[in-house]
Amino acid sequence: MHSLLESLIELIRRTSAEVPDDVHRAIVGSLENEKKGTIAESALKIIERNIDLAKRKSQPLCQDTGSVLFYVDAPIGLDQITFAETAREAVKQATKKGYLRQNSVDSLTGKNDGTNCGPGAPTLHFHQHRSPDLQVRLVLKGGGCENVGAQYSLPDEATGANRDLNGCRRVILDAVLQAQGKGCGPGILGVCIGGDRATGYEWSKTQFLRRLDDVNPVPELAALEQEIVKTSNDLGIGPMGFGGKTTLLGCKIVTANRVPASYFVSVSYMCWAYRRQGITLDSSGAIQGWLY
Amino acid sequence: MISLTTPLTAEAVRNLKVGDEVFISGIVCTGRDAVHKYLHEGGALPEGVNLSGGIIYHCGPVVIKDAAGAWKVVAAGPTTSTREEPYQWQIIRDHQVRGVIGKGGMGPRTQAACKEYGCVYLHAVGGAAQVLAECVKRVRNVYFLEKFGSPEAIWELEVENFPAVVTIDAHGRSLHEEVFKASNAALSGHIASAPAH
Ligand code: SF4
Repeated sequence: MHSLLESLIELIRRTSAEVPDDVHRAIVGSLENEKKGTIAESALKIIERNIDLAKRKSQPLCQDTGSVLFYVDAPIGLDQITFAETAREAVKQATKKGYLRQNSVDSLTGKNDGTNCGPGAPTLHFHQHRSPDLQVRLVLKGGGCENVGAQYSLPDEATGANRDLNGCRRVILDAVLQAQGKGCGPGILGVCIGGDRATGYEWSKTQFLRRLDDVNPVPELAALEQEIVKTSNDLGIGPMGFGGKTTLLGCKIVTANRVPASYFVSVSYMCWAYRRQGITLDSSGAIQGWLY
Repeated sequence: MISLTTPLTAEAVRNLKVGDEVFISGIVCTGRDAVHKYLHEGGALPEGVNLSGGIIYHCGPVVIKDAAGAWKVVAAGPTTSTREEPYQWQIIRDHQVRGVIGKGGMGPRTQAACKEYGCVYLHAVGGAAQVLAECVKRVRNVYFLEKFGSPEAIWELEVENFPAVVTIDAHGRSLHEEVFKASNAALSGHIASAPAH
């Protein structure tokens, strides 16, 4: 699978060096919206310059190239074992080429073998579908922003959040408040309401596969997403927590069924260095098109 | 915009206030978890390193050797500073450090040490690895490379117009504290006034 290997390496390179267009547009828009002459505006200008430089030099946007998360939509019959082996090899080679930093550490020994491969690294999520298309999406999830993710179990006394949509709103806004200054904002939230603890976090991350300018098909969630972004930007936290109008670039919410006893709200936070790309592959494994 | 050149004097540092944007030129030394813990435990600075009037940068840069064998910094964004909160105050006191660059701000002990000994916390733009690497003109030296590994080593970097914002000054103020208070109040107000869904 020579061609697949090359395609995946190219996917990693581009994901690491470029933010997708929808994210770039949101950053440019927020730069125009910030008050001139403020430190918020300066910070966004530096971010904008960084995006431009990284793309031109084909270098990682941020030195933390993050956790490597693959999401694969595959036709029935894909050999997942071979695919996973190829993906791991692609990660190793991309690391050698400097597209990824040597960024993966054995949690027991503290050793970094420099390959970015080990238990749980990279992570691959496979989904079968009935279409013949093979699509591979990649998210590089930074550590600083991962650290400010939060999971709430409702009712939550500290925030006064009950088991309803208003309670969800309260805890999501609390997560934004607590994340300020950390996690390299302006940020993007991926949220899952419901599920068990693991599913909740996992689904919150899948929200990062959505484009920033899409509209949630569930009207209540679409309204909540908009309201969270608006309210967060009214709090005056701003880029890097310097103060300003741009705290969030987006918020994406999904629901999962829960058992009656549990009510989790899982919030994942993505930094401005929002690295997400995807490709469609032809039957030989060559890149047919880009998804974002 | 204020230009700062190392070594920093106590006076230059006392003139700065929260919210000031600065451009730093001169020498900065990287140091993160391993170096802070080592100095905190009483370890000596390697010969040749002098932090007096100097700046510590919380950063694990990506550094390569170019074709001619010279070090070259290819990515150099700040790392989260709070991890050094247990140690920073003491290093400011013992080594007369006048500036700490990082991201995310620091806690009350560092804030107090900045006031008492005349030091500022300078917030760089997190994630801006490429822009900040361009400000590094030369790697002057590296210490503890074997001992701590590349990201944790002390890299002595010559920088030019490195942009940062003063978020903790030498007068006891912290932008982090102020923005948190204001945003917390704004959120409480919003929740009190918003109709229950
Ligand atoms: S939070 Fe994001 S931008 Fe900030 S250092 Fe981590 S990966 Fe880079």
